[in-house]
Parts: sequence; structure tokens; C-alpha cells
Amino acid sequence: MSEIFRVTRAELFKLVRRPAAWVLLATAVLLSQVFAYLIPYLGYRGGGSDMLDGSSPEEILASTLPAQLVTNTIGGFPVFAGALALVLGALMFGGEYGWGTIKTLFTQRPGRVSVLAGQVAALAVVLASSVAIMFGFGAITSTAIAVGENEPTAWPGVLDLLQGFAAGWLILLMWACLGAVLGVVLRGAALPIGLGVVWVLGIENLISAMAGSMLSALEPLRDVLPGVNAGSLVSAVIPPGMVEAPPGVSTSVDGGRALITLTAYVLVCVAVAIWSSRRRDVV
Amino acid sequence: MNAVVEAEGLTKRYGDHAVVDSISLTVHPGEVYGFLGPNGAGKTTTLRMLLGLISPSGGTATVLGERPGSAAALGRTGSLIEGPSFYPYLSGRDNLRVLATYANVRGSRIDEVLELVALSARGRDKFTTYSLGMKQRLGVAAALLQDPELVILDEPTNGLDPAGMRDMRRLVREMATGGRTVVLSSHLMSEVQQICDRVGVIDRGRMLTESAVQDLRGGGELIISATPADTARDRLTAMPEVEHVRVEEGVLRVRADDRHTADITRVLVTAGVAVSEVRRDTRQLEDVFFEMTGQSINTAKELDHV
Repeated sequence: MSEIFRVTRAELFKLVRRPAAWVLLATAVLLSQVFAYLIPYLGYRGGGSDMLDGSSPEEILASTLPAQLVTNTIGGFPVFAGALALVLGALMFGGEYGWGTIKTLFTQRPGRVSVLAGQVAALAVVLASSVAIMFGFGAITSTAIAVGENEPTAWPGVLDLLQGFAAGWLILLMWACLGAVLGVVLRGAALPIGLGVVWVLGIENLISAMAGSMLSALEPLRDVLPGVNAGSLVSAVIPPGMVEAPPGVSTSVDGGRALITLTAYVLVCVAVAIWSSRRRDVV
Repeated sequence: MNAVVEAEGLTKRYGDHAVVDSISLTVHPGEVYGFLGPNGAGKTTTLRMLLGLISPSGGTATVLGERPGSAAALGRTGSLIEGPSFYPYLSGRDNLRVLATYANVRGSRIDEVLELVALSARGRDKFTTYSLGMKQRLGVAAALLQDPELVILDEPTNGLDPAGMRDMRRLVREMATGGRTVVLSSHLMSEVQQICDRVGVIDRGRMLTESAVQDLRGGGELIISATPADTARDRLTAMPEVEHVRVEEGVLRVRADDRHTADITRVLVTAGVAVSEVRRDTRQLEDVFFEMTGQSINTAKELDHV
């Protein structure tokens, strides 16, 4: 256990100093701020009632207030933040193969299982911090809007916040673990990132759309897709929206099943990564 | 004396092709062991098997009495395999810090090893800004971080300029002081001849020989210039220590163990023979290597200048 803890410390040290990790976090925060607050608020200030799917200016303003903090923070996780988390996972694990540092790590004292476990633990810590930072930015912006517009500054209840935080963390962890396992299996970062992003942004949507319209036989497949389950988990923990749900948020499966499916994805990804790295030669 | 590294029939196959074909080797404590062979001979694959990075297709090996790649073996082994691999966005010092944390090594050791490889002044610079020589030295520093009993270095002078090669060879010799064992692979015969105590010669995945460098080079005869040569030959033939004597181009060529050289000289002088030269006809390791592998001397020169 102490070996895993040491690896986690070392990996956190690396991640904090890795510019790519900060770029990804900044991108996630920026996307969240722009799409959850800036664009709706500009729409409200502009008075265009039909800017956001015909919602009234009051509804648009209400969607940016602190009461909607959970929705505005994790609403983008199933797709955009998820894609960024996948990139982080692929970079963190696949990068070791690209730089050849995997052999440096595997010739230190901890065994391969401890190395992988420590890396996953570090990834989980970084993602939890990232979710907290995104909540923090959302809280500041929504409070500023509420104060500026003389609207209520009441935040969601602690339980709702914790539930939202946990759901957001699990979604990002699931996507990051998918990136990680692709990085380990494909022994690099570029191909996993390419494949992963195409999957998150393209193929999932295509399958979901086909299952929802012309080919209902695809529904069982759709209901086990990572993005669909991520969207369903978000849907289960956010209050009913006054405006259109963010992209990727759906009610295809219920919250409990989505939680189990996402947890299963994390466990399977970690198990496959460990199996692959234990079994294969480092050449 | 327990061997530090012991391999028996070690084999690695990819499909039908044996990259390493039933290699057996023994590395003794405190020696600098050279693993000599041309590019593609199987040196790196063998070293990777000894570090647990590659699993063998057959044979057995122990490193410091432990299974290769086990925590017990890796905790006492430092290595630099196929060039230094570090994180480009971290400084040299921070790269070592990552490894020190992994290996549970105290932080002050980082300064010690940076000092040892003369990188203290550049320790805070990004790894990407290092020259190849500095990167190699950082790799050696990483290998020494755990103050290991065994250091495995794969082609440590690869790509270095002459000054860098000289520094690296000095560093390797320094490493071996204090009882530490060093295993290094190289395709540079002059390098192995200069810094290794024993050598294993590998070609096309097979171990051709394993011997002390001196024994390999010193297989030659004693060359004695003496007058009169006939008297000298008769006297030496009568000596039980002398295995064989012949006169060739006016000089005596004597096959005898090195430790009998003084006795031979004394016998000749006592017999009134004028001895003007006694020397051992040692061969260059390069000659020995190409004798074994059957490659041409031109290839030898190409190899030594890669």
C-alpha cells in the first residue's frame, strides 16, 4: 500500500508540473464558463427571448444563478469535459510509452501493478480537484451574476452539491480511464486521443441518434454506451431544467443503472490496463 | 562466491526467430562486466530480460539472487537501458525527484548523484535543454539514485563525443569502486577493453565466449629476443613451466603462463644468454572478437566508429 501511495505522490508531482494538464483544465473551465454563463447572460442582456430555444429572458437569467450551479458545472461533463478527461488519461498513460519513460518507471522498486494503481489514484485526485475548481468558478460567476442582477444567491443544498460533485467526478474518471486504457493498450497518446475523441464526439451521438429514430434495435447497445450513461447520471442528479438540457444529457437509462455502468467501466478499464501492462514486454 | 547475475539458457523468441538464443552468463561481485556484440546481437534484449522488462521464452536467470524484475532485485539495481528516458517538461532534478519518490529514496541523495555526474549546476534546467552527454549523465545519476549493488548500463557512451565518452568511461570505473558490480553493453571494443574486467561476447543471439579481458587478449605468446637463440631455445624447452617454444624470424615465441615470465628470464640470464626483450604478444580485443565472429576487419572499424 505504501508503494501505491509513493507512486501517487510522484504522479501528482508530475501532473502538477505538466503544462498539458493545466491547458486541459483551463479549457474545461473556459468551456463551462462560456456555455453555462457567458452566452446565456449575454442572451439575457441582449433581450433576445428566442436566443435559447424560445426561453424567456427570466428563465435564461435563472439558469445562470447559483441555484443551478450543479447543472451548469456538470452539464457539459458527458461530452466536452469528458473528451478532455479522456485526453488527459491518454496523455498521462500513453505518454509514458511515447517518451520511453515506462521502462524507467518499471525498473524502479514498485511493481507494475503498484505503478498502475498509483497512477490511477493520482488521476482520480487530479480529476476531483478539477471538478472542485470548476464548481468554484461556477460559484463565483453565478454569485456575481445574482448580485449584479439583484437575484437570489441561494446555492443548492449540501447534499445536492455533494451528489453533483460525486457524479461529475465519476464521469470524468470514467472517461479518463478509457483514455488511460487506450494509452496502455496502444502504447502511445496520439492514436488513443484521436480514437477517443472521435468516439465521444461522433460515434456515440450517431448510435444514440440511430437508436432513437430509425433503428430501435440499437437501444440495448445505446444503453451501455459510456456517454449515454454519463448523460443519464447527470440527468439524475440535476434539478429539472428551465431551458434545454446541455448536449449529451439524456434520460436513456435511470440514475442507478448509470452509476453502476460507469463504475463498471472504471473497474474494467483499470483491470485491462493492469492486465495488459503486466503481460506485455516493454520493448 | 555468489554470482550477482546468473543466467542459464536464457532465450527470447519472437515467432520463429530467436533474438537471444540460450545464453548463459555469470557476473561476479565487484567486477565490471562487458557485454560485447554488434548492433542487433541481442545485448539489449538480454539486459531487458535481466531487468524484468521482457519475459524470457526459456531459460532461467537470477539477479542478486532474486527473480529478475522483482521488487527485491529492482530495489538493489540501477539501470540505464537504450538511452536516457525522462520527462521533457521537468528539470533534471525534478525527474530524479519523481524516481526518488517511486523508489523511496531520501531527497538529499538527489544532490549527491547530481554532484557525482557533474550536473549540479544544470540540475534545475529543463531536461529538453540538455545535450546528449548531459542526458546520458542524468541517466547514470538515475541509475545510482538507490545506491545500488548492481548497475546495468546499455551502451552508455552511445552518441557521445570523444570527451563525453572519456567522462562516461571514468564514471563507470568510479561506479565500480567500493564493491559495486557494473554490467555494461557496448559494441565498442576499445571501450570494453579499457574499462571491463570480464567480457561476454555475443553475436546473433548466441554467447560466443565469456572470459576475463586479459585472458582473451593474453592468449598470445611471450616474445623473447635472445642471443644465442639456439641455447635459449634448448634451455626453455627443458623448463617444465614452458609449454612450447619455437624460433621465428630470429625471436623466440614461448607459450607459458604469465606468472612464469620472471623464471624464464632468470633461467636464460643464468645460462649466459643475452636477453634484449621480453614482452607478451597481446592481441587487441577487436582481433579476438572478429576471430570469433568471422567478420572482416573492415566491419570492425565500422563498428568502432558508429
